[in-house]
Amino acid sequence: MSKFAKKKDAGLPAVNTASLPDIVFMLLFFFMTVTVMKDNTLKVENTLPNASETKKLEKKDRIIYIYVGKPTSQYTAKFGDEARIQLNDKFSSPSDVGNYVLEERAKKSQELQNVLTIALKVDKSANMGLISDIKQELRKVNALKVNYTTYEGDAFTNLQ
Amino acid sequence: MPRRGAPPEVNAGSMADIAFLLLIFFLVTTTIETDAGLDRMLPPIEPPTENPPIIKEKNIFTVNINRNGQLLVEEEITDIKNLRQKAVAFLDNGGAPSGSPEFCSYCKGRRSPDSSDNPTKAIISLKNDRETKYATYITVQNELVGAYNELRNREAQRLYGRDFTDMEADYLNPETPSSVKDELKEKVQRIQELFPQKLSEAETSSTN
Repeated sequence: MSKFAKKKDAGLPAVNTASLPDIVFMLLFFFMTVTVMKDNTLKVENTLPNASETKKLEKKDRIIYIYVGKPTSQYTAKFGDEARIQLNDKFSSPSDVGNYVLEERAKKSQELQNVLTIALKVDKSANMGLISDIKQELRKVNALKVNYTTYEGDAFTNLQ
Repeated sequence: MPRRGAPPEVNAGSMADIAFLLLIFFLVTTTIETDAGLDRMLPPIEPPTENPPIIKEKNIFTVNINRNGQLLVEEEITDIKNLRQKAVAFLDNGGAPSGSPEFCSYCKGRRSPDSSDNPTKAIISLKNDRETKYATYITVQNELVGAYNELRNREAQRLYGRDFTDMEADYLNPETPSSVKDELKEKVQRIQELFPQKLSEAETSSTN
């Protein structure tokens, strides 16, 4: 057999996909590090406004979230298209806010109960009337530290 | 005869599938959390006192937002872009005459006697309508906080050669070692005393 005999032609060689898992793992690790587990499904639209003078929220266990916004399309038939408050997976009225905050506060450990922050995640297009009602309720239960959660960016883009 | 060459490769074709599965799981069960925002303290509900503290009219900076998002600042219709500059001018005015106990030695303002006496006396009063858009309200809040931050940064640069916002972020960061924190606490409090944030919000009006 000649040393230089041509190898049998086996058609196109398979594309080497050995690096594909590496790439996917890289993406996976990126997502694992920058995201957090969802703890409730949003039932309201939640496009936050922009602000530039923001402060980072501290640890997650010290925060009580309140979502406000228009119900998403699948709920508009039932709940209308006016901005609503979402507390723990369900639509609520402003008068429920006080009780909700007290309940959530009771669940936290003793030393955290005094350092809780209420994060208001409010959709851009909501009206201030609803927000003032919430603020009144919060004042009634003495939950005074609030954070208007925003995206970081130029605040003037809110006005368009 | 022993086989020559490398041992046979392990078939890793399914590894990509497994990784994709994990990736998709993480994509659907997690969110990218926005964890920044404007911190505010709400005023506590106090029983109505018989003698509310007397505040001089010139020490109050009134900002009104109407339902259309227009701004009335100190009785003047103002574009929102000029709000920060106006607030800075008001807070930094230092109108008390030199020699009086309220004299502000670090103010660089116009020292007009018709505007605020001292940054520690100056109060910004914000009022909005029930129909005001939340986005407008946040923009106004942002500008007012920005005005405070601008002045605080200036003083922090003068005293410590560092931005106030920077120092505060470090102070609030739980990863900062406590020795650094103690040192920062003093500085942060000093600056906060020079320009205390006195932002009062009136109850929203339901009329125009």
